Amino acid sequence: MHEMALTNGILQILQEQARSQGFSRVRTVWLEIGALSSAEPEAMRFCFDAVCKGDPLTETAVLEIVRPAGEAWCMDCCEVVEIAARHQPCPRCGGHKLQVTGGEQLRVKELEVE
Amino acid sequence: MCTVCGCGDQPVIEGAGHHHHHGHSHDHSHDHGHSHDHSHDHGHSHDHSHDHDHSHDHGHHHHHDHPHDHHHHDHSHSHDLHYGRGEAGVTVGSLDQRRIVEIEQDVLGHNDRLARTNRAWMTEHGVFALNLVSSPGSGKTTLLCRTVSDLMSRYPLAVVEGDQQTTHDADRIRATGAPALQVNTGKGCHLDAAMVAQAMERLELADDSLLFIENVGNLVCPSAFDLGEAHKVAILSVTEGEDKPLKYPDMFAAADLMILNKVDLLPYLSFDVDKAIAYARQVNHDIEVVQVSATSGQGLDEWYAWIEKGRALQLHRKKKLAARND
Repeated sequence: MHEMALTNGILQILQEQARSQGFSRVRTVWLEIGALSSAEPEAMRFCFDAVCKGDPLTETAVLEIVRPAGEAWCMDCCEVVEIAARHQPCPRCGGHKLQVTGGEQLRVKELEVE
Repeated sequence: MCTVCGCGDQPVIEGAGHHHHHGHSHDHSHDHGHSHDHSHDHGHSHDHSHDHDHSHDHGHHHHHDHPHDHHHHDHSHSHDLHYGRGEAGVTVGSLDQRRIVEIEQDVLGHNDRLARTNRAWMTEHGVFALNLVSSPGSGKTTLLCRTVSDLMSRYPLAVVEGDQQTTHDADRIRATGAPALQVNTGKGCHLDAAMVAQAMERLELADDSLLFIENVGNLVCPSAFDLGEAHKVAILSVTEGEDKPLKYPDMFAAADLMILNKVDLLPYLSFDVDKAIAYARQVNHDIEVVQVSATSGQGLDEWYAWIEKGRALQLHRKKKLAARND
């Protein structure tokens, strides 16, 4: 379950930010998990709660997940189209000549801190 | 002290909270780990509203929607918001301390930075690294043993073996005479860039060498972790389902080459090669495919030609970089 490693990555970001930006408690973490990213939102939530326990910086932090849609460039339509999963065809032409252009991110966007 | 009831100096019963009955129906939570000197007026009713709705759902436990006969304040953060100072027309002190920080940081940023360092080092030294990924049992190690035996007279090479436990795979590689290093991830389900950086250092890689990194047998997790390799190579054996590229699309999307292994067994199986390739291209339009058998040797020349082509490109990059740095 690589979500544990990923949430440890979030914790590391929070600790670094707490030092550099001078805050002592994280209240909310807005995390973008793109529809085509490698992380499962529910697993991230589970692991987040687990890794945040026991550290005053994070123990009451709440994870807010934002889900940007998957986007791909269809080489036949010459257009950016929305796809929900990697194996899905172009919703316009039904083809698979797709180059993913968005929705792969796994990124901490914003924090509410004090 | 708690101005709801004046109980601040009383012994705390049942953990951090203290429990007693108040005439109003409310539930706060306190953590008396530090001193606080707040005052608030509970003469007003607790149906006050404020704009920090989300903080009620979590973090600390206030249940404003049902009556309760004990309370529990959490003074370590923002209790001001809940005790109605704002409502009472006084200042809302801790609001000032709350802030939103935009950080826009990739969760895998730390790994990605290390991977970039690995990649830069490898380019500088002409090292061509392949990250081999597959399910357990696809024949990765057998293919690698054969590849290493066949290529070690042509190029300097080394192998990093990733498994949760045992040195069996590295032992098999070392038996061919090639240098190999086992990385045991313990409970980990993938190799990461830091592990590979350490392994590279220990292996004392020669310039212009090939580096094969055999990842932990897992078609899910290793897809997310860049190690600094030139390419991910996904190995799918024909004894598996041909729809694996659809079932594990992230891995086949991340790979540049798919090796269909054990093709000598095709006559005995119902594996549909064309379908497997079509599925792989469905998730990764540009993926290249070679069909091999590590036991019969079928298709290995094509695999070696692919390696040679990639290695030549890496050596070209090295030369260009050296020219730029001169």
